[in-house]
Amino acid sequence: MENMNIGHHISRQFNEELEDVRNQVLIMGGLVEQQVSNAVKALVEGDSRLAQEVIETDRKVNGLEVAIDEECTQILARRQPAASDLRLVIAVIKTITDLERIGDQAEKIARMGLHLSEMERPKGQYYEVQNLGERVGKMLHQTLDSFARMDVDAAIKVSQQDDIIDLEYDGIMRKMVTFMMEDPRSIKRSLDVIWAVRALERVGDHSQNICEYVIYLVKGKDIRHTEYMRKSVQD
Amino acid sequence: MNENKAKTHAIDMSALGRSNAGLSLENEAVAISVDGLKLFYGDKQALNGVDMKIPKHRVTAFIGPSGCGKSTLLRCFNRMNDLIDSCRVEGGVTIDGENIYGKAVDVVDLRRRVGMVFQKPNPFPKSIYENVAYGLRLQGIKDRRVLDEVIERSLKGAALWDEVKDRLSDSGMGLSGGQQQRLVIARAIAVEPHVLLLDEPASALDPISTLKLEELIYELKEKYTIVIVTHNMQQAARVSDYTAFMFMGDQIEFSDTDTLFTNPREKRTEDYITGRYG
Repeated sequence: MENMNIGHHISRQFNEELEDVRNQVLIMGGLVEQQVSNAVKALVEGDSRLAQEVIETDRKVNGLEVAIDEECTQILARRQPAASDLRLVIAVIKTITDLERIGDQAEKIARMGLHLSEMERPKGQYYEVQNLGERVGKMLHQTLDSFARMDVDAAIKVSQQDDIIDLEYDGIMRKMVTFMMEDPRSIKRSLDVIWAVRALERVGDHSQNICEYVIYLVKGKDIRHTEYMRKSVQD
Repeated sequence: MNENKAKTHAIDMSALGRSNAGLSLENEAVAISVDGLKLFYGDKQALNGVDMKIPKHRVTAFIGPSGCGKSTLLRCFNRMNDLIDSCRVEGGVTIDGENIYGKAVDVVDLRRRVGMVFQKPNPFPKSIYENVAYGLRLQGIKDRRVLDEVIERSLKGAALWDEVKDRLSDSGMGLSGGQQQRLVIARAIAVEPHVLLLDEPASALDPISTLKLEELIYELKEKYTIVIVTHNMQQAARVSDYTAFMFMGDQIEFSDTDTLFTNPREKRTEDYITGRYG
């Protein structure tokens, strides 16, 4: 089914419930996106207050997950949705799980930021974290866009970006290992940076998962653990 | 990381242990073959050339809005429409390799092979025993031992035996609606039909009786081909292996129930099962 209009149900109340749950996902997505960007900013700029704020805001993300989950359960129990409506509810339930985990990664980055803010800053001023953070933030933003528009082509394209993120992550890892070998005093700091970039890399993976749910939602195809994404690009 | 993804691309879905996963109409033996079936009530055309292969020993559900032709189609399978004077049929229906609209067809024998259960339970004003024995007596079976045996087997088959075994001589009319419906099913299966047609069998039943009936349908499909018409889409989704969506005398979509209810091909099916304006 290519037409993904949520509206037009005979039951207007059902329209509103589905619309509402979708909007809440977008609100949660927006919040999580901001969390990631703030966490990276806090780490790069050594802003411990901002880092603390990110850590505290994660509670809000968790609360949204529970609330949306609850609403989906209500819809399943009361409406017994079918076809595209069912897929929407399932996709939402899965999406918010990944969003919540992205939130956890943001919190992790913020905690690393707190540690690092107490240490001497390196010459590079954590530019590699900033670069990767920008890339991951962009991917997350586009992922949420593809969800909002239910745009399969965009979802396929966005999920490709995960490969580049993985490459960049590998590069940073190698660099950090080199640093640690050159100067054992940098080990503590380098380990924190490694944790942070690892978290960013995971955000990319979660974004990719959400792209897969968008495709499931629109096409009705479960493409997890398949070569669908790669093939779609080659075609 | 990428190498891992490539390796895991084949997933063993059978590990999920679902018995009806991977059903496909192409792989099924055909019980009822409908070929270009048109039906008219006077000037009004109720079926516009339906082609359908109903699989053997499976449950097939017909869904669709009122007046879409699903009950009409069901009634074609044992020629119940013959009872309506203005009704005219074109095309064919083949059951057990025989066109049931052929001239030589014995309609009484056809209705023995193709049993039917209606929306409202219709037991005869006779004892429970005689209700089930009715079809057998019509066939001239009088031997009490044979009758006893078939009646017990049929009542057990209809999941009613335990509830009525001590009062077989009580009137069938004294049973509850759900029990009456199962009694009628026992009566239908006593004559060993090949096909069971159920025309909204649960619409007059309470939810618990409905679930019992659905459980019964699940058990009966081992021996019989079952075709069920229902307005309750969740019921169709629960009991059937295959579902046909009908609309204004046309078969719009016919596929395995999993697919039809999660990812239908046709927009009209989608609109109907999700409760949208057509």
